Amino acid sequence: MIEARDVTKRYGQKAAVSDLTFTVRPGIVTGFLGPNGAGKSTTMRMIVGLDAPTSGSVTVNGKPYAEHSAPLREVGALLEARAIHTGRTARNHLLALAATTGIGRSRVDELIDLVGLSDVANKRVRGFSLGMGQRLGIASALLGDPKTLILDEPVNGLDPEGILWIRNLLRSLAAEGRTVFVSSHLMSEMALTADQVIIIGKGRLLADVPVADVVARAAGAHVKVRAPDATTLSALLAGPDVTVTTTGADTLEVAGLGSEEIGTIAADHRIALFELTPIHGSLEEAFMELTRDAVEFGTPGTAEPPPAMSTSTGGRR
Amino acid sequence: MSTTIPVAPTAPAGGAVTLPRTISSEWIKFRTLWSSVLVATISVVGMIGVGWVGSFFTNADWAHMRPRELARFDPVVTSLNGYTVAELAVGTLGVLLVTGEYSTGMIRATMAAVPARLPVLWAKLIVFTCLTAVLMVPTSFVSFLGGQALLGTHSTSLSAPGVLRVVVATGVYLTLVGVLGIAFGALVRNTAGGIAALFGVLLVLPAIVGVLPSSWQDTIGPYLPANAGQAALSVIPDPAALAPWTGMAVFAAYAVIATVVAAVLLRRRDV
Repeated sequence: MIEARDVTKRYGQKAAVSDLTFTVRPGIVTGFLGPNGAGKSTTMRMIVGLDAPTSGSVTVNGKPYAEHSAPLREVGALLEARAIHTGRTARNHLLALAATTGIGRSRVDELIDLVGLSDVANKRVRGFSLGMGQRLGIASALLGDPKTLILDEPVNGLDPEGILWIRNLLRSLAAEGRTVFVSSHLMSEMALTADQVIIIGKGRLLADVPVADVVARAAGAHVKVRAPDATTLSALLAGPDVTVTTTGADTLEVAGLGSEEIGTIAADHRIALFELTPIHGSLEEAFMELTRDAVEFGTPGTAEPPPAMSTSTGGRR
Repeated sequence: MSTTIPVAPTAPAGGAVTLPRTISSEWIKFRTLWSSVLVATISVVGMIGVGWVGSFFTNADWAHMRPRELARFDPVVTSLNGYTVAELAVGTLGVLLVTGEYSTGMIRATMAAVPARLPVLWAKLIVFTCLTAVLMVPTSFVSFLGGQALLGTHSTSLSAPGVLRVVVATGVYLTLVGVLGIAFGALVRNTAGGIAALFGVLLVLPAIVGVLPSSWQDTIGPYLPANAGQAALSVIPDPAALAPWTGMAVFAAYAVIATVVAAVLLRRRDV
């Protein structure tokens, strides 16, 4: 459980984070979303006591981080960039961290196996790929078997296999009842990993909503239809809430009707279809709309749903 | 790799973060870094090497030495001349022990593990001070004794007046340089800046004061960190300098002040 109350962090005149209040609950994966520079990393640094808030408070499992007698057993953190001395081997890095809290060698070896670094555990971190570095960072975060995990951009720069690995790891950690707080600037990634998203922009809270809500905003934008007799079909589909756009000799984009309805209408009139593809609105666009509102109007948490997202062809991965 | 992840929570043995544990962590960090082991080795080998080689050639070339060189000859100085190598190595290593964590980002992991922060500074000081003392005092003796053997008939001995004091003080001086290095590293948090600041104070500051009027030099000079510390490094005390161990105490006071300021800033600043 992470609780931030009216947290503000100023660097000189500039506020990196302003009056941020949120709660990260155990048992689910909570995404922390915002464009670059929104204040995600600053917030995470404040959670683990690396930066002190200018005002407000952050507690983890009921106490400020620094007041825990064994912080590594409460919170595991993977912070931005690598917090690893590259001249040391992976195993020695973990052993040095583990020593501060009296965590034994067997736990270190267990984690090296868990994150799949057994083959390179005695190699210096300097030669590690980004993915291996992230795995080592995750092993560091898990050292104390903490109830709460904080991960800053864990999938940044990872290959698909690494992304899948982290996604599954986060979900299984949450399923064990842990609090999992993970930042990203990719809404599409969070849609697959998180249950809840906290969205910030310019250091302010924009939304604290279930991921399903954001996905719903972006879904069902339009259907791409390809038919040899597109002109006839276009006329048949026309209706009060339906927009049909001709995008090619035999291609239509239909908003306002589902692919089932379009397919049925075409079959009723014996019109051949070559393609019938529902195109989801882009999550990134839904996310950008949310954050853009904040930038334009500066009113946290009151972002209106974006009007239309019919042009995107991105879709959910 | 499997996609289902068994995060077997083998509950790690209980226990809080303590200073002894932080010390053990810092000791692991020190010995597992190739660069720190290398620089520590350079400080030992460099000091002994320079002292021994200098002593050997002084003895070998004795007949060809110029009168001015002969007048300046001091068997203790000749055998311990390599302390400047050790000073550079130990000072740099002290700075690196702290700034290496900042430049790599390791400091975030370190301070997240020990959020009280000060134990990390104390642990680094304890580990490095013990290590430099254990290395540098014996190195000073080895350098001196080997040097005297190589100087042959021109040698002196530990029992001669002031000699034992110089040999011990050289090791102590180098240990304090290491402490200053850690303090400067923690103050500046940047490797190049930390090294420049440390050797600016130790090597450049005396030169700067050297351009001032001599009455100023006489007043300020003896109290400069390096001058105060090095007062104990000559067999016949320099009348212009502080008394040997007084000077060393002044040098130690500088190290303590720098450490206290570093500690205060470590608590106050964001990591």
